[in-house]
Amino acid sequence: MKFAVIQFPGSNCDQDVIHALRSFDGAEAEYVWHKSESLDGFDAVVVPGGFSFGDYLRTGAIARFSPIMKSVKNFAANGGVVLGICNGFQILCEAGLLPGALVRNRDLHFICEHVKLRVENAETRFTKAAQPGALLNIPIAHGEGCYFADDATLDELERNNQVLVRYDGVNPNGSCRNIAGICNREGNVFGLMPHPERACDPLLGSTDGRVIFQSLLS
Amino acid sequence: MKAVVTVMPKKSVLDPQGAAVAQAMDHLGLPHVGKVRVGRSIEIELPEGASEEKLHELCRDFLSNPVIEDYELEIR
Repeated sequence: MKFAVIQFPGSNCDQDVIHALRSFDGAEAEYVWHKSESLDGFDAVVVPGGFSFGDYLRTGAIARFSPIMKSVKNFAANGGVVLGICNGFQILCEAGLLPGALVRNRDLHFICEHVKLRVENAETRFTKAAQPGALLNIPIAHGEGCYFADDATLDELERNNQVLVRYDGVNPNGSCRNIAGICNREGNVFGLMPHPERACDPLLGSTDGRVIFQSLLS
Repeated sequence: MKAVVTVMPKKSVLDPQGAAVAQAMDHLGLPHVGKVRVGRSIEIELPEGASEEKLHELCRDFLSNPVIEDYELEIR
């Protein structure tokens, strides 16, 4: 499976994602610069974390208009797998590939810490290697990670089992209904604020993030 | 010609920045202020004959995010 890892000016988790992906048998990963317009030859796309375009205006607001995003939209519309992590999640929301938006954390602080995530739906291509209800120890690192959507959208997400991971116990950032990650209705686009790629190596204190990539590769 | 776009968080969206500012104002000697909301103002120098319709489109799609923000466009 060949992954495209999109690089915007200000992306800073692109190398982590490549490093994590290349640790899996059967995974290839290459950088794709945001000015590129092609995703030919790729089986999946990862929009990594960071501070694309300095987070100017709003997080992800400028990145969503980069040339590659047209291809990412087409790729998703044709059923291709797209994973957005942290700033990648923010970009996917801005681009309309996922509903809702990410706003400033409830307590205004930038938070960098390990959190507990509960797998709410283990029947998707992003989570199928996990046990339903499994608790994952994965770090977050964001200032704008408070997930917001109106009640009708939230109800719809719940009804369609699109909430794939939720903060367990403590809600670090004030996200509506403790939401940490959601997928689109079709189940091929997934965005989450926590960083599974930073929990793929025992040296980093947790390998619980591997289950997301294992799901995609299995 | 100049456009001024004011972007404010929607009433339904929690504005912790505004709450923090209100609290600080209290500490700085102006107690009991009501709700404070923090938004953004964007000034744009426009070329002659710029399309207002296009400006609204950009306000909606780019300068604000309708999920969380409202905007007002003023042309001076």
